[in-house]
Amino acid sequence: MPVAASVPLLHSGSVADNCLVRNDWVCPLYVTTRSTQILEALQQHVTILVVTLVVSVAIALPLGVLAHRTSWLRGLVLGASTVVYTIPSLAMFSLLLPITGFGPQTVVVALVLYSLTVLVRGLVSGLDAVPDDAVDAAVGMGYGRWRLLREVQLPLALPTAFAGLRIAAVSTVALTTIGFLFSSGGLGNLVYSGLTSNFRPEVLTASVLCVLLALLVDAVLVLLRRRLTPWRRGAAA
Amino acid sequence: MAAGGGGVSGVLDYLTDPDSWSGTGGLANRLVEHVGISALSLLLATVVAVPAGLWLGHTGRGGFVALNIGGVGRAVPTFALLVIFVLLPQPFGANLLSFVIALALFTVPPLLTNTWTGIREADRAAVDAGRGLGMSGGQLLRRVELPLARPLVLSGLRLAAVQVVATTTVIGLVGGGSLGRVINQGFVRQDQAQVIVGAVLVAALALLTEVGLGAVERRASRRRGGRDTAAATGRGAALPAGGTAVT
Repeated sequence: MPVAASVPLLHSGSVADNCLVRNDWVCPLYVTTRSTQILEALQQHVTILVVTLVVSVAIALPLGVLAHRTSWLRGLVLGASTVVYTIPSLAMFSLLLPITGFGPQTVVVALVLYSLTVLVRGLVSGLDAVPDDAVDAAVGMGYGRWRLLREVQLPLALPTAFAGLRIAAVSTVALTTIGFLFSSGGLGNLVYSGLTSNFRPEVLTASVLCVLLALLVDAVLVLLRRRLTPWRRGAAA
Repeated sequence: MAAGGGGVSGVLDYLTDPDSWSGTGGLANRLVEHVGISALSLLLATVVAVPAGLWLGHTGRGGFVALNIGGVGRAVPTFALLVIFVLLPQPFGANLLSFVIALALFTVPPLLTNTWTGIREADRAAVDAGRGLGMSGGQLLRRVELPLARPLVLSGLRLAAVQVVATTTVIGLVGGGSLGRVINQGFVRQDQAQVIVGAVLVAALALLTEVGLGAVERRASRRRGGRDTAAATGRGAALPAGGTAVT
């Protein structure tokens, strides 16, 4: 990573010499003086992420269960998800624009579509992988269809479904960045304003925050999965 | 050009106007730029990632990197990395070198992961048989492991190509060409028809890449036939799992 060392010292003494003036990539002074602006962008970014994930999971759960049971729906959902996943995000946002208009909703709708492709796939393959023995045993014990789903199939499908959720969450954080073009707010605003004003600390700080947010969300999801699957404790990963 | 509406008629007007297609900023030139820059970036990534994947897979090293690089790549926003390259001092900046290197970086993960996995999952019995026949490491890699890994390497190439077509769009936001520039200029001119036309062309190009390379992949696995049908079908069956794990 290029740091202050690559920038020649300019007129030290004539103007206040600090990392803002030198336009250093790494500049603590930028973070302290613009903290309100940074926090606001971060908060917008997190809001888009949380709304996207909550809506996606709420749709993916019933859709995944139905697709697991109904073969024509499975074909349809998996086929559609390949098409959706192939469409570049900038194109997807733009195509939604006439319907949803400028604002975070355009970005959220597109990101929900992307997340669904991964979540439904993860859930369906998780449900497919539930051992027949476990299902047979539960049916033999008199479990009804609903109880079987809730107490046997979904818990056993959880680890695979969570792999999909982690991918969806991390991708959502990254893809939100170009939402600035659609007035969605978020850290992309800072990256873009840094680009137009050639302001390096703004670009690097916002970029690093994006990556850190993605890693943090990923870690939180791993912890959540561990809590939700206590019987796997001690097993690998 | 009039600031057209985003309706279907506005889009058709834009598409059928010969002026939209001609000149440096015309659709034809932007399409050529898009395909050219994508191809260059894919080539650069392939030249680096496939040999690295073959070597690491053959020696059994670097598994952690090969399997986790995809997650790291996903966490880095393409737009942010492109802006960083644009603001770097010479020889970087808003130029082809920056764009191709940044795009290639995002294209490496699927290639590396699939190549590594393909080599590692090559039938051990076949590899042992080759070794028993007295093959050297290089011969083993060329004649046994690589043919067995081919389906996964090819699907890695397809994933990488579709991905690079998508990310090439983003250079249009940082001063580069490509169809992304068409979309970006549509925003600047507040011409919604232009935004939609750019988006439709990008989506079509990405879908065409997916479908076209998917067909090439299937033909390649069918043509193998004869000599090692069993191996080919065996790997074919394992493909979907490997493929989805990567995406």
